[in-house]
Amino acid sequence: MNFDKDARYLESHEWAKKDGELVACGVSDYAQDSLGDIVFVELPELGSSFNKGDAFGVVESVKAASDVYMPISGEIVEINGDLEDSPETVNSDPFGAGWLIKVKPSNPDELEALLSADDYKRFTDGLDS
Amino acid sequence: MGSTLKQTPFYTVHKEKNARFAPFAGWEMPIQYPSGAIAEHRHVRAHLGVFDTSHMGRFELRGKDVVSFLDYAVSSDILTLAENASRYGLLCREDGGIIDDVFVYRLQDHFLVVVNASNLEKDYRHLDALRKDFDVQLLDRSTETVMLAIQGPEAIPFLDTVGSAPLSGTPRFGAAYLKIDGVDVVVGRTGYTGEDGVELFFGSESALQVWNYLFVEAEKHGTDLQPIGLAARDSLRFEPGFPLYGHELSEDITPLEARLKWACEFDRNFVGRDALRKRFDSADPRKLATIVLRDRGVPREGCAVHDPSDGSEIGLVVTGMYAPSVDAYAANVYLDSTFNKVGTMLEIDIRGKRKAAEVIKRPLYTPSYR
Repeated sequence: MNFDKDARYLESHEWAKKDGELVACGVSDYAQDSLGDIVFVELPELGSSFNKGDAFGVVESVKAASDVYMPISGEIVEINGDLEDSPETVNSDPFGAGWLIKVKPSNPDELEALLSADDYKRFTDGLDS
Repeated sequence: MGSTLKQTPFYTVHKEKNARFAPFAGWEMPIQYPSGAIAEHRHVRAHLGVFDTSHMGRFELRGKDVVSFLDYAVSSDILTLAENASRYGLLCREDGGIIDDVFVYRLQDHFLVVVNASNLEKDYRHLDALRKDFDVQLLDRSTETVMLAIQGPEAIPFLDTVGSAPLSGTPRFGAAYLKIDGVDVVVGRTGYTGEDGVELFFGSESALQVWNYLFVEAEKHGTDLQPIGLAARDSLRFEPGFPLYGHELSEDITPLEARLKWACEFDRNFVGRDALRKRFDSADPRKLATIVLRDRGVPREGCAVHDPSDGSEIGLVVTGMYAPSVDAYAANVYLDSTFNKVGTMLEIDIRGKRKAAEVIKRPLYTPSYR
């Protein structure tokens, strides 16, 4: 199980990572492993804005549809269009090519308040026991 | 919580293979193994997979009247079912509603009826009540026997290497008797995946011995045998159009609506026949249809289907998923019969969004043996 050190996390298993002035978001390796094969990803409209904690999209595995939540408040300025044809990239590279959205943060300080990789790992360790 | 779920005798080997488990019809069953449901699905279509289907019910029937009894209890033609052959059929209520779908095997000295795990007790009570006027013994053998399905294009060559006699001469739906590692096994050339293959029935006490032998022999012969979970079992049965009780079939659905008229022998009396015959003259208001999404999205059970022209609700999804072998988002729906024509465009409601879908010619995937 991979826990990207450069990312910050929500307990609902999303990650956020600085990408220049933007913040890239996706779901964690733990999340993709728990969900199993991803067959569809529904992403928000470009230009839409969300608050931290809002559901911004849906990741669908073979058996279930799961909402994904904003790690940080802001405007959606990029979505990963490649996932339309290759949703399985979320499984194979959750912290890289499997990113979901890029956000122009309205309050960049929110990022530091998220779980560190170590804290998030400890959190997931507790879930498995 | 898990303590109330039953486990098959193969539970420990599923654990060894790092299966992920889920409750199914009161059983703790492997839903998938580490390679994942889609890889498992593709592996069965291309190579060879083994499924633990021991949760299903297995009834043994004997007695002077067993043939006429089963011909009456089951919708299909059992009178002409030859020894060492099997046939699909339905148990119906008097009003034609489907109690269960079953496989009937005529073996050398008895009949074997395989029923769905979720319906085992109900089916037993139903058959037990029906047999009052017949000289028939009904025994539930589900605990003392196990069942494995071995499916895929490499199944018959593989069985020929592990069994005591070749299976190549046993036709589709035929049955044979083999020893596998010295264990007596009844083999049906049947399955529910759309691929060639077999279902094995043998004593529970030999469960792990046979399972381990199959994997050792597969490795020895360079055959890539993989265990397959219930998630892939569902997509493998969905693509060739095989119904699953609780989804395409229920007591509120008739064989006519479910497009299973072919599994009913109307020339002979069976439970539900007269009620079903009366419906021949009137068109069924709803019928099972298969649709493929033209927009992107995953249809799920319970999604409503709408008429694009006026938005009215005209159907309901009973099974929906991404179908790996045809690379499509597809669903089985009970649809207002006026919309059943192939090519009809519909809309399906997925989380409040209307997605375009089209009625297609069934099945999505033609079984490899057909």
